[in-house]
Amino acid sequence: MGLTPLETLIRRARALLPEDGVITDHARLRTYECDGLAHYRVTPALVVIPETAEQLAAIVRCCAELQIPYVARGSGTGLSGGSLPHAEGVLVVTSRLRAIKEIRREDQRAVVEPGVINLDVTRAATPVGYYYAPDPSSQQVCSIGGNVAENSGGAHCLKYGFTTNHVLAAEFVAADGDRVRLGGDAPDSPGYDLLGAVVGSEGTLGIVTEVTVRLVRLPEKVVTLLVGFDSTDRAGAAVSAIIAAGIVPAAIEMMDALAIEAAEAAVHCGYPDGAGAVLVIELDGPAAEVDAEYADVVRFCEETGAFEIRTAKTPEERFLIWKGRKSAFAAVGRISPDYIVQDGVIPRTALPEVLRAITELSERSGVRVANVFHAGDGNLHPLVLFDDAVPGAGDAAEEVSRGILDLCLQHGGSITGEHGVGADKAAHMPKMYAADDLDTMQLVRCAFDPDRISNPGKIFPTPRLCGERPGRRQGAHPLQQAGVAEVF
Amino acid sequence: MSDITVSGVTPGRIERPTSTAEVAEIMRAAVSAGESVVPTGAGTKLSWGNPPTSADILLDLSALDQVIEHASGDLIATVGAGTPLARLNEHVAAAGQRLALDETVPGATVGGTLATNTSGPLRMLAGTMRDLLIGVTMVRADGVVAKAGGKVVKNVAGYDVGKLLVGSMGTLAVVTGATFRLHPVPQSRRWVGVTAHDAAHAAELTQAVLHSQTVPSGLEVDATADGLRVDVLVEGRPEGVAGRTAVLKQLLPGAEISDRPPAGWGRYPWDDTSDRHLGIKVTFRLSGLADLIEAAGELGLRGSAGVGVAYVAVPADRDITEIRTLLERLRETTGRHGGSTVVLDAPQSIKQQLDLWGPVPALELMRRVKNEFDPDHRLSPGRFVGGI
Repeated sequence: MGLTPLETLIRRARALLPEDGVITDHARLRTYECDGLAHYRVTPALVVIPETAEQLAAIVRCCAELQIPYVARGSGTGLSGGSLPHAEGVLVVTSRLRAIKEIRREDQRAVVEPGVINLDVTRAATPVGYYYAPDPSSQQVCSIGGNVAENSGGAHCLKYGFTTNHVLAAEFVAADGDRVRLGGDAPDSPGYDLLGAVVGSEGTLGIVTEVTVRLVRLPEKVVTLLVGFDSTDRAGAAVSAIIAAGIVPAAIEMMDALAIEAAEAAVHCGYPDGAGAVLVIELDGPAAEVDAEYADVVRFCEETGAFEIRTAKTPEERFLIWKGRKSAFAAVGRISPDYIVQDGVIPRTALPEVLRAITELSERSGVRVANVFHAGDGNLHPLVLFDDAVPGAGDAAEEVSRGILDLCLQHGGSITGEHGVGADKAAHMPKMYAADDLDTMQLVRCAFDPDRISNPGKIFPTPRLCGERPGRRQGAHPLQQAGVAEVF
Repeated sequence: MSDITVSGVTPGRIERPTSTAEVAEIMRAAVSAGESVVPTGAGTKLSWGNPPTSADILLDLSALDQVIEHASGDLIATVGAGTPLARLNEHVAAAGQRLALDETVPGATVGGTLATNTSGPLRMLAGTMRDLLIGVTMVRADGVVAKAGGKVVKNVAGYDVGKLLVGSMGTLAVVTGATFRLHPVPQSRRWVGVTAHDAAHAAELTQAVLHSQTVPSGLEVDATADGLRVDVLVEGRPEGVAGRTAVLKQLLPGAEISDRPPAGWGRYPWDDTSDRHLGIKVTFRLSGLADLIEAAGELGLRGSAGVGVAYVAVPADRDITEIRTLLERLRETTGRHGGSTVVLDAPQSIKQQLDLWGPVPALELMRRVKNEFDPDHRLSPGRFVGGI
């Protein structure tokens, strides 16, 4: 009796891994059926939980040989279905690869395994005066491997950049099971910047098994302000004034009335009563610099009509200000049974116009939208509220959510600033990119994973057949032809 | 024009397109004719890298030199690849902004800087081209026009193809335009410079600055026959800069403060236009600085001590055996400190006798990327690592 490929894989996985590292029981498999985007659910055919990079590479090698698709999963906090399992495939869970191998103060580096929790890197580096800058709101639970896959951002990436700016090297298991080093301990490794392509590739090019990250010196001074305005327009004007003055705050976050109401109900963060919008502004750096910026920021907020400016005097007060913002997604659960978290980007200057359009969209459809966003870089996180028990409410919410993405694209933005495309937004990719643009991206895919077994079905709506010569197209880029852009 | 060569190889002819569409047309014609194409901007780094195995067309992109868009409120700018860095910076300076990239070779264009990933002291503040590029328009080897990224700083939709192009030396696609994130021009700049007694002392001073909380925009070391200097650039508001330079003066006893950069700041330690030197780039972990200064010895070295990148100039009249020995010594030292040693530029006769790149991890994967993007090896064939 010949074994099926899956049976062969299970047999080999059992030989490779400890007993509890191979899951085939259907009830247990179901616990892995989704990530943070819970309305997409697929039960994987097999779950493996390797304890070493060698084991992980061996599993991938078997997958390549047997042509079985695999999907990597870290903490499963992703919000775009990036680690949604494949029904005929194996889910490779990296949570047991969680060693912090090195914290090297003199080199300003840390070497970690992919299952390490984001905040734990900072916790390990703080005693020597350093921290890991990218800070997604889920940083208490999300993993570095997942951060690398998604190129995670966070509130402080306005000033400090994203995961891609903080990852220097990685040990990488390619789709054929080969282990290679990408990047290096020192900057500017010779050759193509493969690491730059891998970061943010959502697990479709391979799996990282070790990551070298940059550590940043803790700032001498941090000042956190909570500023209340009667409208998002006025809050937006304050942001514009701050940016125009050449100040790059560590973070500028905005929340509108509905988001404030939700946060207040959930975590009692004490945000100003009756505010139409609040800004959370954080300045950090050398004390002399921060003090000078602080004076200006307060002045700009006053000039644009702030009715309350509160400055955190203690770490506890700072924590409470951030608690309201960082718990915003979960908090809307207090004011709505169901909600969709959207993630789009616009040029920052389009903020007032886009917010007005979202309000109109909301009023027209009767679907409530709470707005939380990184105001400094135009990354919106509208929370579209609905009650799934009401017939048609889910569809209406989906439509509003899609409409918001269309608004982002109309203003020259992006369909995702940090959550990724994953399973959720592949259909939107052709709205943002022309066919040739997507085709070009997929040349990278073909180089890394010609058989498309690494997280198939994500990002791209239509896979490229690797090895095919693209049809020669005549003339200019569609956007050029439309007169939209010469180049951008 | 006729004396232009690409690492000593004279191109068959020069084409000078004025738009992305014309570049695409030239590329499609090159496909039909089976010709090779080497893109160039101002030509300041045409002598870098291996000699191409073929250069039928030198694709001069210097006419693609418009600032297409500058959205100052969004701190972004879009320019043609042939735009000189200096001109872009002049343009955006009117709004108090800058592209935080040093012009390491006078006249360098945006495209040439992108293709070679050159960087200077400011990389400590803002990173390199890879960190500042947010969108790119390219013409592929098959003549297809494509774009990657976009016009917003925060964007994770699809692969970051732009990063693959950075430093690819014109071997993957012809970049015709690029969009960048800009930074505000600081109100005040001060250099704090001090002389170090020896390599160990320079390393000690460097570490002191690194672990301080003064957030330098640049931390450079310059080792020459005249001595060893450590220079720190601090940028910000006048009152902030005053406070930070005061701290640095304490960390660097005997330091001088100046509102002008020290000689050679942001320039390579070799004469940009001569073929009298080999230009070598070394990278290393921050803790490897003293060893690198020692390994460079009397040749000296200059570069970003705060980042782990430096440059060594070697007189070209040295005996080839001596040059090889030095290269080996630098490779061994950078290897020990997690880095690499690359010969950026050298006279042709010497170049042919050296391994310019040293060991390149993941080279096989790089070849696969090349073969997907440029299966006929039409673009800058042979100029890059592993003969790519």
